[in-house]
Amino acid sequence: MPSNKSVSDAPITQFVNCRILKDHKLQWEDLWVREGKILNPEKLFFDEEGFADHKVDCEDKIIAPGFIDVQINGGYGIDFSQASSDIRGGVALVAKKILEHGVTSFCPTLVTSPSDIYHKFLIVSVLQKVVLLDLLAPVMLLCFSPQVIPELRVQDGGPEGAGVLGIHLEGPFISEEKRGAHPPKFLRTFKAGGLADLMEIYGHLDNVAMVTLAPELANSAAAIHELSGRGIAVSLGHSMADLSQAEEAVQHGAKFITHLFNAMLPFHHRDPGIVGLLTSDRVPPGRTVYYGMIADGIHTHPAALRIAHRAHPAGLVLVTDAVMAMGLPPGRHTLGQQQIDIQGLHAYLTGTTTLSGSIATMDMCVRHFREASGCTVEAALEAASLHPAQMLGISHRKGTLEYGTDADFVVLDDTLTVRETYIAGQKVWRK
Amino acid sequence: MKLIILDDYEQVSEWTAKYIRNRIKKFNPGPDRFFTLGLPTGSTPLGCYKKLIEYHKKGEISFQYVKTFNMDEYVGLPRDHPESYHSFMWNNFFKHIDIRAENAHILDGNASSLEKECQDFEAKIKAAGGIELFVGGIGPDGHIAFNEPGSSLVSRTRVKTLAMDTILANARFFDGDLSKVPTMALTVGVGTVMDAREVMILITGSHKAFALYKALEEGVNHMWTVSAFQQHPQAVFVCDEDATQELRVKTVKYFKGIMDVHNKMVCTVSISLYFFY
Repeated sequence: MPSNKSVSDAPITQFVNCRILKDHKLQWEDLWVREGKILNPEKLFFDEEGFADHKVDCEDKIIAPGFIDVQINGGYGIDFSQASSDIRGGVALVAKKILEHGVTSFCPTLVTSPSDIYHKFLIVSVLQKVVLLDLLAPVMLLCFSPQVIPELRVQDGGPEGAGVLGIHLEGPFISEEKRGAHPPKFLRTFKAGGLADLMEIYGHLDNVAMVTLAPELANSAAAIHELSGRGIAVSLGHSMADLSQAEEAVQHGAKFITHLFNAMLPFHHRDPGIVGLLTSDRVPPGRTVYYGMIADGIHTHPAALRIAHRAHPAGLVLVTDAVMAMGLPPGRHTLGQQQIDIQGLHAYLTGTTTLSGSIATMDMCVRHFREASGCTVEAALEAASLHPAQMLGISHRKGTLEYGTDADFVVLDDTLTVRETYIAGQKVWRK
Repeated sequence: MKLIILDDYEQVSEWTAKYIRNRIKKFNPGPDRFFTLGLPTGSTPLGCYKKLIEYHKKGEISFQYVKTFNMDEYVGLPRDHPESYHSFMWNNFFKHIDIRAENAHILDGNASSLEKECQDFEAKIKAAGGIELFVGGIGPDGHIAFNEPGSSLVSRTRVKTLAMDTILANARFFDGDLSKVPTMALTVGVGTVMDAREVMILITGSHKAFALYKALEEGVNHMWTVSAFQQHPQAVFVCDEDATQELRVKTVKYFKGIMDVHNKMVCTVSISLYFFY
């Protein structure tokens, strides 16, 4: 029997009887995967005279790119910002659980924290850089300070959990008036705004994917410029900025808005504020401003969701902004210093009607967004996959089912319920 | 020749697909005995391909032991260009069936030596034992494959410069921009198709009516290259009502009158009821 051996020995899997999200449409096409990447079957046929080794019958389901959550503070009782003794274990637990929600990549988010927390989480071992071997790091650990390890780092997903794209640092360079639940004593301003300020607070930026800041803070331009230059996505949020301050920030490189509407000035018809970026005519040509929306039906009124979506559909990015109560069963829970009551999609501080954060999962957000906005299935799926990938500048390998991209995808039924999750072509979860 | 006259394009597609299906089944191909099939591209055979895919998905036909030889391909167009005939065959046929790539032969319009490519193609046909059934369409100028008016009726696979008529007809696939349409193509010759043991030509639409008239009711003429098949021992022309508009009433009545016999060739029964006349 002739074989597929001309380019690679690796087995080829063909997913059949499915509708895949391709070119912004759901199409009845097969999905081909080899070595963790989406394969071009026409090239395989004509160039390699190859064929599939295994066929998987998807029974008419939908295949969409894996969801990407760029703002998630924790879940299942884990709070990423808390200085626990097992940070990596906490991230790993959440990473594993969110596979059930169709999330294949995420940005663990740290809220405003004291400087030593940042230094602990973000510092990269000098030894790692020199030695370049993970195997020796534990040995070095025995001889050197336990703080000299990368606690939260970029890593590929797999059966153990969703991939970490990098950390989202939400703060501390944010507005005091719009701090929301962030602790006021750890807020910071820029001295000169450049690298020195960032390094003093954060320590290292190697595994950072995004930074949320308030652009009206003096000297923010230099920081935005510095971060953007390093490929870190700068997001505007927890801010009192008016539209022109926001536009200036975009011109310096900012490209995202953290949870639109929340923790910013409300839209006003004579001063649209940050919300006005959605229809700004001062965005540099060829660039898109993306914006995060918490589509749990609670943190954003469906009408507001619709206004934003209709004004700028291409920029909408679904985020969960999930807190540690996400994933826990209904009832009372003690989380850190707080008591929380979970009822449905609401998480209240016990005895109050104060929301303590969102607990909707990403797949719930996709379904709610679709229902509330009346958008197409394709638009809802892209808001959770393509758009966050585009925002982070990684759409050449994530967030799509284009040939050559990472084979991270979800199998959904027509109600957009996640049935199976795949990372690098491997099934990592099924219902 | 047999002239099969059906009501419309859908019926033509279905009849042709059933005929091909039955032909392959009667031949009973196996690992040592491939059924060799010549195939066209274009809008005319699309419906037939869809039907064949349907029959394949129902389990009525397998292409595992079928070797295909396409008629033509543009010169200089990248193989993965959406308008290349490789792309056409992949998207409209190959990707939906169980054919192996090594059994699907299409001329390579980007070969370093076009002449050698053409000669190799003829050699591959010969090595496969010749073509059992060559399916083709007809151009409004009566051409078969890219054998434009004036092509030798005994021609073999070669490079042809396309006629202006053909370039204009193809412009719709290249955003209406004439400068983007390829001007040359590799094509099987009239002689190559004549060598097949059976030839089946599909003609649908009133814009093909005059060419059909010239091909059937006038003489064998190199200006209407399809007319060459008047001299083929097993030729089947399948057309719809619209394409008969330039034929004599007498011709149409005669062939319509024997449709009962023709239809026996496409029914889903055992081989023993297969009639020739």
